[in-house]
Amino acid sequence: MSGALLQVEGLHKRFGGLVAVKNIGFDIRAGEILGLIGPNGSGKSTVMKLIMGIERPDQGAVRVAGTDVAGWPAHRIARAGVGIVFQHSRPLHRQTVLENIKLALLPDSLLRLAAGAHVEARAREIAERVGLERVLHRHPPTLPFPDLRRMELAKAIARDPQVVLVDEPFAGLTAAEVATFSALIASFREQGRAVLLVDHNVKGVAAVVDRVFAMYLGEPIAEGSASEVMANETVRRVYLGGTIETHARPELDKRGGPPLLDVRDVSVLYGKAQALQGVSLHVREQEFVSVVGLNGAGKTTLFNAISGLVPYTGTIAWGGEPLRSRGPGAIARAGIVQCPENRELFGSMSVQENLELGGQHLSPAERQGQLDWLLNLFPILRERQRQAAGTLSGGEQQMLAIARALMMKPRLLILDEPTLGLAPVILEQLSNALAELRRTTRITLLLGEQNVTFALPHADRVYVLEHARFVWEGDPARFAEEAGTGYL
Amino acid sequence: MLRGPALWIVLLVVIAVAAAMPLWVSAYILGVLTVAWYFGVFAMSWDLLFGFAGEVNFGPTFLIGLGAYAAAMLDNALGPPIFVCVLAGGVVAMLGGLLLAVPALRLSGPYFGLITLVAVLLLQNAIVIFASITGGEIGMNVNDVLSIDANINYWIGLAFLVVCGAILFGLSRSAIGLILQASGQDKIEAAALGFNVTKHKLAAFCVSALFSGLAGAMLVFYQGTVSVDSVVDLSIAVQIIIAAVLGGRRTILGAAIGAACLILAGELLRPLGQLNTFVVAAVALAVILFFPDGLLGQLLRGRARA
Repeated sequence: MSGALLQVEGLHKRFGGLVAVKNIGFDIRAGEILGLIGPNGSGKSTVMKLIMGIERPDQGAVRVAGTDVAGWPAHRIARAGVGIVFQHSRPLHRQTVLENIKLALLPDSLLRLAAGAHVEARAREIAERVGLERVLHRHPPTLPFPDLRRMELAKAIARDPQVVLVDEPFAGLTAAEVATFSALIASFREQGRAVLLVDHNVKGVAAVVDRVFAMYLGEPIAEGSASEVMANETVRRVYLGGTIETHARPELDKRGGPPLLDVRDVSVLYGKAQALQGVSLHVREQEFVSVVGLNGAGKTTLFNAISGLVPYTGTIAWGGEPLRSRGPGAIARAGIVQCPENRELFGSMSVQENLELGGQHLSPAERQGQLDWLLNLFPILRERQRQAAGTLSGGEQQMLAIARALMMKPRLLILDEPTLGLAPVILEQLSNALAELRRTTRITLLLGEQNVTFALPHADRVYVLEHARFVWEGDPARFAEEAGTGYL
Repeated sequence: MLRGPALWIVLLVVIAVAAAMPLWVSAYILGVLTVAWYFGVFAMSWDLLFGFAGEVNFGPTFLIGLGAYAAAMLDNALGPPIFVCVLAGGVVAMLGGLLLAVPALRLSGPYFGLITLVAVLLLQNAIVIFASITGGEIGMNVNDVLSIDANINYWIGLAFLVVCGAILFGLSRSAIGLILQASGQDKIEAAALGFNVTKHKLAAFCVSALFSGLAGAMLVFYQGTVSVDSVVDLSIAVQIIIAAVLGGRRTILGAAIGAACLILAGELLRPLGQLNTFVVAAVALAVILFFPDGLLGQLLRGRARA
């Protein structure tokens, strides 16, 4: 298609044995805004990095105004007319906002010692356009979060790029700020730029984008207008799953007495970003509770607060006792074991060694019993017993991480995004293991997921977390009709 | 922030006081200070690389040693004027630095630092092995010295520090300094802004190497001798690093202040004997723990907050 400013064709990228991006292609015309969406681990960020040249594609073309820049180093792609707004950045702390913007305007030269006068004027002009004129001479550490995002936007457009990539444009912003940023991004349309917005779901970008391109597990699954993609069968299945059979056990929550875990009005701040805002939740003995939310909603923060890894306001009680004064080690010994999102296995140790480490505090006989039970629960780990954990596939690593957490004989197991980046066949095995745990043990489970298909079948109760708050709570059977649409 | 006229007035007063030193301190203290001025240049060169480009060079003495030995060997072999030897020392250090940095900068994380560390050991061994031309472990004398007058030597050292300091400080505050700082802080973002990060880091390494080599060569012609213990040994490298961190990362001038403090403290505490190094190290540790921005960094930060 002629007239497209950015053309991506047949992009492929592997990381070791993992295919992160497979045959991705799309066009963006001048003045068009495309939303690239996909659940966590779908490869959308990798696509953005491949376009910018931060990662080098194995195959495929990235044409900027007709020139194929695939495989070029990032600084040359930047000069070819691509700008990027990073989600996390590290501005120069000792320089003012104005100087930070001027940096983006400097020539890449070893001989030009002083910036020209036009640089100053241009920097002021850009600052004004994004709404930074009142804070020009402040230093970044003193700025509120939205202004820092504005500064990143200013830096990205300083060189007047034809193609602008924005990573999670609205993460961490309040509704009013989202409106301001949407207007700023929409103004790129009149300026004739091609814009790519990368986000987790259609809902977040629907108001700004012209078209949406959805991907899952590295592959394209749908393309079209926001409403078309939201109605697409595959997209619905990826985000919501098909018909889900639920098996809630409401009688567990009806028992009296204090709940096993009681989280009340908990808030967490990361610097200036509100990660959790007045969140309350309870889990009773033997219950399976799912916290459902997209990446960035605050699930991991909630679990880290429970495990004592981040400071919070509000109270978290365990069996009626407040946990605040206890350190992470004491909390784990009290029976709350978290299996983190990134798995944190010891890559160079064997499967068996990883498991034995988890059972360090047990007597040898007890440890052996626990080990046998777990190897029956996850038969694939028995076959892999002597293999180094780092050489396992993603799904096997996840099973090992769960098994290691179970070696510690927790009363409450916290599973943070166990399905991250896993293929459907592995999901089924994990799902079976959870069903088995639910049927044969007295363990209590708190599961954090963005994959609803995985989170609902075993849940007794579900909480939906959105932008740092719970927006829905209830029976998993009612989820699809009451909270499902907001989730796409 | 300490900027504008105030900074320049303070600097001028400090330089004037330093220049007047020979009028009222002993020849011994003068000698100590002269060495301190050369160390100041070592530390400033190191800060350009660490504070701005964000690369930890564990082996500044590789560059200093190259400059010092190249100058000394040239002087003994052909005997050109001293300034030719010093320039040659700077150029050799730069070339050696380039040879080291081109492959080393391809690596990331701690590997750059490890390579620079190994380079020092290699140079040290090479000097010992080729003892016939380098003087080996004993070191060697040079035929020429800058001056036999302690006062003149002192002023030459001070002038050298002021000139190098002005150039390095100016560079750090220029557009290039800004790009370098951005590259050191977040190289992916710097590249996405269109900057060739490797090119800028390489240039920083070359400048750092050039000034290290020049200062190493100057030190040789002040002391009249060159040896592994005085310009190559790792303990010297550690002292330079401590001086720069003590004075304040990313300030350039702080590095010179740190070097002066460190050398003076070493002399003042000499009566403590063995305890001397211990006390200096303990003070340095305390500064790094409690004032990670260093002496000058703390001062600048305090002003910025006020």
